Amino acid sequence: MTRMSWFNTVSLTLGFAFLYVPMLILVIFSFNDGKLVTVWAGFSTKWYGELMQNEAFLNAAWVTIKVAVVSSTIATVLGTMAAYVLVRGGRFMGRTLFSGMIYAPLVMPEVITGLSLLLLFIGIGLDRGVLTIILAHTTFSMCYVSVVVSSRLMTFDRSLEEAALDLGCSAAQAFRLVTLPIIAPAVISGWLLAFTLSLDDLVIASFTSGPAATTLPIKIYSAVRLGVSPEINALSTIMIAIVTIGVITASLVNKRQLVRQQRDEQAAVRS
Amino acid sequence: MTSPVFEPWNDPEAKPLIEFQNVTKRFGSFTAIDDLTIGIYEKEFFALLGPSGCGKTTMMRMLAGFDTPTEGAIFLAGQNMAPVPPNKRATNMMFQSYALFPHLSIWDNIAFGLKREGMPKPDIEARVDEMLRLTRLEKFARRKPHQISGGQRQRVALARSLAKHPKLLLLDEPLGALDKKLRQDTQFELMDIQEKTGTTFVIVTHDQEEAMTVASRVAVMDNGKIIQVSTPDRIYENPNSVYVADFIGEVNIIDGTVTPNGPDSYSVAWKDGQPPLNVISPTVFSDGQSCHLAIRPEKVTINAEKPADVDNVVQGKILDIAYLGNISTYHVELPSGVVIKAQSANTRRISRRAFTWEDTVWLSWTATAGVLLAN
Ligand SMILES: Nc1ncnc2c1ncn2[C@@H]1O[C@H](COP(=O)(O)OP(=O)(O)O)[C@@H](O)[C@H]1O
Ligand SMILES: [Mg+2]
Repeated sequence: MTRMSWFNTVSLTLGFAFLYVPMLILVIFSFNDGKLVTVWAGFSTKWYGELMQNEAFLNAAWVTIKVAVVSSTIATVLGTMAAYVLVRGGRFMGRTLFSGMIYAPLVMPEVITGLSLLLLFIGIGLDRGVLTIILAHTTFSMCYVSVVVSSRLMTFDRSLEEAALDLGCSAAQAFRLVTLPIIAPAVISGWLLAFTLSLDDLVIASFTSGPAATTLPIKIYSAVRLGVSPEINALSTIMIAIVTIGVITASLVNKRQLVRQQRDEQAAVRS
Repeated sequence: MTSPVFEPWNDPEAKPLIEFQNVTKRFGSFTAIDDLTIGIYEKEFFALLGPSGCGKTTMMRMLAGFDTPTEGAIFLAGQNMAPVPPNKRATNMMFQSYALFPHLSIWDNIAFGLKREGMPKPDIEARVDEMLRLTRLEKFARRKPHQISGGQRQRVALARSLAKHPKLLLLDEPLGALDKKLRQDTQFELMDIQEKTGTTFVIVTHDQEEAMTVASRVAVMDNGKIIQVSTPDRIYENPNSVYVADFIGEVNIIDGTVTPNGPDSYSVAWKDGQPPLNVISPTVFSDGQSCHLAIRPEKVTINAEKPADVDNVVQGKILDIAYLGNISTYHVELPSGVVIKAQSANTRRISRRAFTWEDTVWLSWTATAGVLLAN
């Protein structure tokens, strides 16, 4: 190991401090015994206990998870289909227009997406609730899935699909038996991306949610406007924990697969 | 005992398995296949030979059904293939890149096509095991494609494409990734498998030696056209054009003009101050027509003394010697500046070689040694 120069040490410390000090404070004060968020009064887990008693928060958490799972699943199916058509469909009429339109929501301000969805739901007389949030989240996360999956499909060896056709598959079978299993990692990361986007969306959800259903980010936001409570710190700590565990698991799985593949390839070279 | 010769292309009764009828394929304004008509017969080992980009893969892809002809029609066993999708054709293709399914084991790769047919499970197992034995892959059945070597992958691709008993097997540069020794072994293996299974093979290659080794007939292509189709020996001995003669093996091309001097016999004026060459040619030429005389280097004899009683003899100086172990090629420059290559077998040790650089030698060949070509 070479010793780091003082310059490197300082920039590393500063960078990480910027990233993690705010979160660290939040986590520490979620274990505060006192009611004041900025004065330390001893260690306790009582806010976690109280959180479990809070109907409104629990309801919002349940709605958020439901919305995230359902919308990201629908978005993955639609986004993958769109990516497949765009990459494989050849030169059909209006292809350029279509591919431009599918990426437009990526750069569209969320406020505008939210507002236009709100107007649509009012226009067709759809009551705002879980369903409308799911539809809204599907709309904007589907293009992210489509971007992830189509970049994988661009590097996908076309002759694999042709080999499947050659061996007797219909186009649908070739997709199900060959293409999908091979691009599965990209589809899964598309799903994860859509899931996280839905989980922490505030703007679009606030346009499309109704009194019957609120999501956690909306709940936290409105609660904070009445004053930060240690309960919210506890809730946020739990979310941080979930996301951290998710990220670590994903990278471990990825790394294990990489190591195994390298080992296999070395074995092949030796034999 | 004589076995009947296999040459259905000479039998007017025989129906070809594959027929290309005036097939043209265009990509935009680019013509990849140009008005091509050809018949390939059952049990043939047919080789498409030509430089890169001449349309070999395009022909294969049209046979497999991945591309459709812009004009003309392709018939397989008498049936027009235009409306038949790739998954309904009795053809299988071995891809240039092998295209093995990376997420499936070797066993499942080979079984893939059989499962799609809805074959009963015990039959699938028997057939896959048979293919594994044929390609000597039994030990690797449970491995994934990235866990085996390049040569083994190539055999998996072959096994997978043969498993379904195709009427026609298409091989697109199947041995391109192998080194020379393994390549030669595999060529004989391919011929063996083709004989055992009785399948019709169409193989694409840009390696002329490979085409000559494996094929019953060779088609030499250039720019989307077939220039000549014939058996390997006829392609070599009787090329129909300078292009074919030059593409297959080494050749001397002498440009000149003909004067007929008897039936099938011509004299060729070729350089000022040189006596005309005597050539016997079954192809008819008119007086004064320009021509090219193609002579293989191994048909030119090299001598230190002027030989007597030969049809053609010229004198020159050795410019260069290419020593290839079993044979040597001598590049001999004539006084007119023309360089002619002559080959001779090295039956003596190199230290006792008769000729060396700058030696004056005599080259001679018979009237039937060369082929007279119009273009
Ligand atoms: N899909 C395509 N679009 C445009 N041009 C193509 C396409 N496929 C092949 N070509 C062109 O057709 C010509 C013949 O290609 P190919 O049949 O692959 O040659 P090869 O004899 O090397 O196998 C090449 O010049 C190639 O660029
Ligand atoms: Mg090719």
